[in-house]
Amino acid sequence: MSLFDSYKMRLRRKRRILRCLRRRRELKPASNNTSAIRRDDILLMSVVRNEKIRLPYFLEYYRKLGIDHFLFIDNDSDDGSFEFLKEQADVSVWRTTTSYKCASYGLDWSNYLLRKYAHGHWVLSVDPDEFFIYPFCDTRPICALTDWLDGSAVRSFGTMLIDMYPEGPVDAETYREGQDPFEIARWFDPGNYTITKNPDYKNLWIQGGARARVFFRDKPSKAPALNKIPLVKWDRRYVYVSSTHSLLPRGLNQVYDEWGGEKASGSLLHAKLIDTLGDKAREELKRGQHYGGSGEYEVYAKQLEDKPIFWCEWSEAYINWRQLEILGLMSKGNWA
Amino acid sequence: MSGLGIVMLVHTSLDRAEQVARHWTAAGCPVVIHVDRKVPGAEYARCVASCSDNPRIAFSDRHQCDWGGWGIVAASQTASELMLERFPETRHVFLSSGACLPLRPVQELIDYLADRPRVDFIESATTSDVSWTIGGLDHERFTLRFPFSWRKQRGLFDAYVKLQRAVGFRRKIPDGLVPHMGSQWWCLTRQTLSAILQDPKRKQYDSYFRHVWIPDESYFQTLARLYSTHIESRSLTLSKFDYQGRPHIFYDDHLQLLRRSDCFVARKIWPRAERLYQAFLTDQASAMKPAEPNPGKIDRVFSKAVERRTRGRDGLYMQSRFPRHGSENGLTSSPYSVFQGFSELFEDFEDWLAAATGTRVHGHLFGPERAEFAKGETITNGALSDCALLRDYNPTAFLSNLIWNTRGERQCFQFSPRDTQDINWFLARDKNAQISVITGAWAIPLFRSNLNFSDIRSEAARLQQIETKQLEVLTSVWTKARMRSWSLADFIEAPMEPLQAILDEIGAHQASHLTEAPTMVDLSGFGKFLQNLKNQGMHPYLMGDFPSDDVFGHQTKPYRKPYLVQ
Repeated sequence: MSLFDSYKMRLRRKRRILRCLRRRRELKPASNNTSAIRRDDILLMSVVRNEKIRLPYFLEYYRKLGIDHFLFIDNDSDDGSFEFLKEQADVSVWRTTTSYKCASYGLDWSNYLLRKYAHGHWVLSVDPDEFFIYPFCDTRPICALTDWLDGSAVRSFGTMLIDMYPEGPVDAETYREGQDPFEIARWFDPGNYTITKNPDYKNLWIQGGARARVFFRDKPSKAPALNKIPLVKWDRRYVYVSSTHSLLPRGLNQVYDEWGGEKASGSLLHAKLIDTLGDKAREELKRGQHYGGSGEYEVYAKQLEDKPIFWCEWSEAYINWRQLEILGLMSKGNWA
Repeated sequence: MSGLGIVMLVHTSLDRAEQVARHWTAAGCPVVIHVDRKVPGAEYARCVASCSDNPRIAFSDRHQCDWGGWGIVAASQTASELMLERFPETRHVFLSSGACLPLRPVQELIDYLADRPRVDFIESATTSDVSWTIGGLDHERFTLRFPFSWRKQRGLFDAYVKLQRAVGFRRKIPDGLVPHMGSQWWCLTRQTLSAILQDPKRKQYDSYFRHVWIPDESYFQTLARLYSTHIESRSLTLSKFDYQGRPHIFYDDHLQLLRRSDCFVARKIWPRAERLYQAFLTDQASAMKPAEPNPGKIDRVFSKAVERRTRGRDGLYMQSRFPRHGSENGLTSSPYSVFQGFSELFEDFEDWLAAATGTRVHGHLFGPERAEFAKGETITNGALSDCALLRDYNPTAFLSNLIWNTRGERQCFQFSPRDTQDINWFLARDKNAQISVITGAWAIPLFRSNLNFSDIRSEAARLQQIETKQLEVLTSVWTKARMRSWSLADFIEAPMEPLQAILDEIGAHQASHLTEAPTMVDLSGFGKFLQNLKNQGMHPYLMGDFPSDDVFGHQTKPYRKPYLVQ
């Protein structure tokens, strides 16, 4: 690692921080309950847009996991998400009506709030359709994990996003508000993921799974990245640089072992491939606010017309974290 | 009052410490608590006040305790002195921490110690006998100086150790001391402990150990050897360490494991493990018969965790395991076989191989059109697709995924110079690969094809070039695969022996000899075909020497007896 390289990364990080500071005025606090955050509280950060239908279960899931306080950024929802979030006592919500794309796909906003409210806290940054699974999550609350990470002097915790899908066509079954989405989308691809290392930020770049297999079989290089580092003991000097795929400083991306061993890791179950996908894809396509000119959503919108079925005879039905660990999709590492 | 006194070193979760202390005192054991000086005064005062109703709980003077520092020893000394002075009936002093939890009824421990009134329980081994030292320092702990923190100033720590080694610096170990190390959690008799604390040379020993690295693992362990009449070199506290020397933590889901361990005390307990505290701090029925501690099961669980963290699962690539080139411990998870030239030479080779070995036999997994999975599947284990584009996007991941997904069932596949060649280095470097190549066999389909001869000629030249390059890779000095190759001419001379050798190595389920051989394709005219290629200016050499006068006409039935007789 050359000095020049390190310096370049430092500049990038500083630029990110400046960006997020510059955009802080775009965020209008609507319900700021952050004064209730206690010293060791575990926080959750999420940017939402028209996700009302998903929010009740999302909050229920993460409250049960042991999240103490939620930080939401509402990007111009008009479906009642904003009003719903404002009513929750353990939620602080900011609203913005400016461009998602101009704010580095929402990162500038969340980087700013993280800097301001998450310093010294463990914070989980997830989308409303991502559900965090970690070793022993059925018997130990999330603070057991963070206590252990603290004790092991680990600052960040890696996961892989697992696309979950239903047995039939994506829109065959209607998702009801408050429902566990994995009652519908309980299947996943167990063993078709590919990994390369990103030399710039030293993070792994994972692709594959159901979306690569069905949607991107003609251009696998365009398949979405599945590597995520959602859980970080935040410091105000840290920034996310590309969704939650990578952070600066780069040491935070070293969530994997390079000498043959396994570090502890988790998974994010992705409840994207349910009947809400079609509307979402059409809406996002119209707005053109997503990464790569919303190319991803363009593919979805086009392919969804053919009513694709993700399920195949080698799909696995989700049972629990132990199953994922046996399949090699996450690891207990040194935690026992 | 019992003869057992508990010294408790506490630095967090004071409420839990108090809860455990009350449990000890309820059984008649006095407790001296040492609270780390780093704990804020108010919190400390609250804890003292809350314990003030209990005459058997005392608080000792506070020291600052840092990991690996002298403070922990000083704390143990001060607290032990107070214990011996304040509670004269104490016969054994048990050193524990705030995160320790008694697993068996206290009375059982009291009885156990009462039966062994002169025994000191302290793990104490010479430096040459221990394997668990951190940072590779064992004897040097006692002969170097360590002014820098190992956890916070690792660079300086290492550099200073190196410097001292380079200049040959050595501290003198005080006369009469033989360095011993062991778990810091001990249980000593009043006699031994007071002898250590009241030793006339204590000042000298203390000033020496003050600069030893991690003195809490060596101070009492070394000095006890001077005075004890009977040392049992083991700790009564169950404590497991990870590969970095950090203690493993027990949670609610360890309840059954801890119950069955029969250990007296365990650490470290997660302060919020409500169920554990509830289960072990309420009155429990004592064991049917006095049992010796038996931490075997727990040992296995935790040593597995250490192995997973340090070695991992071979052939697995995931978000938290991505070994560097050369650190893979096996590029794939289990052995598999690659056959090149066999399906060209034999009719229905794949079916024959599957029948003969009971393995999963794929076609050309790296074929240009698609991955030819066994039985014509378009998708296989792990939802691995046969789409060539997906496969070629990352061919090594494709192969390691296939082998990982089919753990427990041996995989075989065909390969040829027509296929994607990007996998060659991976195959060569993988010790799990068993590769068998009949060189030049790619010419057989050309020979049997209906192409124009000029096309055949250029295709033959192309394939020969590819195979030559491939062979260079497969026979390089870095090759770890089990690699065999024969020229086509050599192979058809005596095909059964190599086949038998390959199958034996696969460990086919039929242990007996091959009874049925695969059928070889008709090669009459092949020699002439090669001669024609030569006449057209090409130089086919990979297939070995074939006489051009077509002796194969009558050699096409090389085994009238289609089995090997030995």
